[in-house]
Amino acid sequence: MLLQVVCLFIPLIAAIFMPFLFKKIRNIHTGWFVLFVPLFLAIYYATFVPSISKGETAVVQFDWIPSLGISFVSYIDGLSLLFSLLISGIGALVVLYSIFYLNRKKEQLHNFYIYLLIFMSAMLGVVQSDNMITLYLFWELTSISSFLLIGYWYNRDKSRFGALKSMMITVAGGMMMLGGFVLLSLMGGTFSIRSIIEQAPLFATNDTFVIALVLILLGAFTKSAQFPFYIWLPDAMEAPTPVSAYLHSATMVKAGIYLVARFTPVFALSEVWIWLVAGIGLLTLFWGSFFAVKQTDLKGILAFSTVSQLGLIMSLLGVGAIAYHVNDAADTVFKYASFAAIFHLINHATFKGSLFMIAGIVDHETGTRDIRKLGGLMSIMPVSFTVALIGSFSMAGLPPFNGFLSKEMFLTAMLSVTEFDLFNFSTWAPLFPIIAWVASVFTFVYSFYFVFKTFTGKLQENELPTKPHEAPIGMLISPVILASLVVTIFFIPNLVTDTFVKPAVMAIQPFLYSSPEDVHIHVSAWHGFSPELWMTLGIIVVGLLLFVTLSKWQKYYNTLPEQFTLNRLYDFTVNELLGSWMTRFSGLYMTGSIRNYLGYMFTAIPIIVIATLFIKNAFVVSFEGASPIHLYQIILIFVLVIGTITTVYARSRITSIIALGAVGYTVSLFFVIFNAPDLALTQLVIETISVALFLLAFYHLPKFQKVEERTRFKFGRVFISVGVGVMVTLVALSAHSQKLVTSIAEYYKETVYSLAGGGNIVNVILVDYRGFDTLFEIAVLAIAGIAIYGMIKLRMSRKEKNHESK
Amino acid sequence: MIYFIWTAIVIIALSMVALLYRVVKGPTPSDRVIALDSLGITLICLVALFTILVETSFFLEIILLLAILSFIGTIAFSKFIEKGDIITRDDSR
Repeated sequence: MLLQVVCLFIPLIAAIFMPFLFKKIRNIHTGWFVLFVPLFLAIYYATFVPSISKGETAVVQFDWIPSLGISFVSYIDGLSLLFSLLISGIGALVVLYSIFYLNRKKEQLHNFYIYLLIFMSAMLGVVQSDNMITLYLFWELTSISSFLLIGYWYNRDKSRFGALKSMMITVAGGMMMLGGFVLLSLMGGTFSIRSIIEQAPLFATNDTFVIALVLILLGAFTKSAQFPFYIWLPDAMEAPTPVSAYLHSATMVKAGIYLVARFTPVFALSEVWIWLVAGIGLLTLFWGSFFAVKQTDLKGILAFSTVSQLGLIMSLLGVGAIAYHVNDAADTVFKYASFAAIFHLINHATFKGSLFMIAGIVDHETGTRDIRKLGGLMSIMPVSFTVALIGSFSMAGLPPFNGFLSKEMFLTAMLSVTEFDLFNFSTWAPLFPIIAWVASVFTFVYSFYFVFKTFTGKLQENELPTKPHEAPIGMLISPVILASLVVTIFFIPNLVTDTFVKPAVMAIQPFLYSSPEDVHIHVSAWHGFSPELWMTLGIIVVGLLLFVTLSKWQKYYNTLPEQFTLNRLYDFTVNELLGSWMTRFSGLYMTGSIRNYLGYMFTAIPIIVIATLFIKNAFVVSFEGASPIHLYQIILIFVLVIGTITTVYARSRITSIIALGAVGYTVSLFFVIFNAPDLALTQLVIETISVALFLLAFYHLPKFQKVEERTRFKFGRVFISVGVGVMVTLVALSAHSQKLVTSIAEYYKETVYSLAGGGNIVNVILVDYRGFDTLFEIAVLAIAGIAIYGMIKLRMSRKEKNHESK
Repeated sequence: MIYFIWTAIVIIALSMVALLYRVVKGPTPSDRVIALDSLGITLICLVALFTILVETSFFLEIILLLAILSFIGTIAFSKFIEKGDIITRDDSR
């Protein structure tokens, strides 16, 4: 039974063989080999249908990192089975379509199919993972493979831009989601979503509950292109059309929907969840439908329509969460919302997939996707026209297509919101059906706009890059299958809902239903003169009026939304804020001047140290234990101070060097009077050598610019240097005033002869008690010597080489 | 005796200050070099007096070292002032 987990990785394993197949078998399109993978998966997942539709679940676990509780869990219930079937089924159709869409000789097919197979694996992993960490893993894999697929034609600027944009937005959301997952797992003590759902009622009082909620929603909203994160989706249309059909309409963008549906049992108790999901969904629905009419690119229209439809599903899920707050939810109308969401999800996958494929066919056969150049293709491409008509009418919500059914249920759900009176819903609820209705009118308009502007009207043959003709039969298979599904679902809705939707609804609302039979919803095309039906009639009438008068108001409308694009905000953020502003900001402090960096360091260190000293009350001065001061010490300090001041204020560099030497010798005198003969010896020699080295450096200064001038007075630098001096003084005083432990020197004194056999305590410490330090100081000296030698020698040799080459 | 040594220390310290004045002021590098050389000698004296004062023989090495360093330093400085170079390159290479 491990097969269930292995199945997640079958596309990944198949991806390994793609380059071989592409390179070795040149005369067969690589896609034919790929086709077996989704077909096999679709058949395999279809075998689950009978048991899952009875409400059973199938779980197989494969431990990955058991010590951290991370494992690959394939958990198949109604929701994940539905998604898995969508992924593998539409995947098969898309692969079939791509075989005819992508040219065997001109395209890098192995790349394409590798990315597509990675994506397939990732998506199956997302919907079946029960472990939140592996869910996140697969989630990011979908982002990465989507990035690769959007940038498939990587020599185009727009492809790269679109790929980068989608990557930035979805990965940002993914990171947020990971944060939400971590918070949830901290609350529940497990990564398993099932056990999180079981404990969910306990979380509502937790402080981080709302944070986890918002973070997970951010992940879902970015992935599912909700407002305001939808902006990557229209730019992702630069991908090859099979990719747009697969990723950006049927599967990946629904990962966010899946996430919201999956976590509804956890978060539905919170009003924040209901408001955010329903509100943002509704806003996205309206926004997407409003902007779709503005587009002139076929795929642009479909992208905005996808955004809008995803908003619709999202708002339904939000309203569906209300069912947790009403008594006897199974008997109220709120039960419709989740049901309608899942039902529309299936419907959307079918009709939007077919519409994308039609857009690809039109592009392929006419050479353009610009709706202003297209028209009159009805008689040339009759099959494509029929499919487009079915898809668009379904999208618009017209009978006899499946979109009608889910649209009606959507309106039912939206109307039901007005009956809900918790969480301030009584104030705002009337807006829900109104916005939904207006958005539906726009949906109607752009659906008609899409199909009739492309296929009816006058044929502008001289505008088109190639002579239009009907697509090859192989390219039409997939859209025709999808379109026939659109019609079939309308006529047998209850078979579909009983098999797929009810188990999925049970997964979303596990507390309400114990088996799929408990979901008492019967879908019927005709359900009497209900308010929904009148609303649909109103949509058709107003939509038709708007569509007929489109040319009159489109110019006003086109000027209107220009101010409201979020793309401008994105471009501003990426180019200006992150690009040039950040560069300018780092330019402000990364000046390249060591003087400035030293300034930062020496400002920061005294501030931190002095602040710590006073915050911790560590500053104590006591002269207890201080030795008496002698006259000669005062004189020596006087000499030292004069030497130091001379070094700083000297007019010429040589004076500074000599004064520095004087300071060094005075220090050696201090060593003498503090009874350190070894130190004094070393200090004297080293000082002499370093003064000589300074003189060497001084002598080799370049002749020009060798202006001998006094160091300029700058207040800031004086302030910093005084600060450093004060810091060191304060630290030294307090350190001296509070000695916590006694010195260990007594031990050395007692044992220097008896244990080490030496008389000179300093030398015995250096080579016996602590010989290791000495060893590495020798190493330091060796390194310095070799480095100096290398520096001089290598420079010379290069100079010689240059000389020879001349 | 102790007072004598103390007086000597003070006198030598004062002469060091005077020499230091020359190091700081000295109009030419040669003045400074000679002042430094003398400073080295006064240091030797100071160390010697201090050795007597603390009754130890450990500092006698310092006296020798100071004498050598002072000599080498002065020679180096002189050669630098004379030829502008301290260690001349071997011409045969």
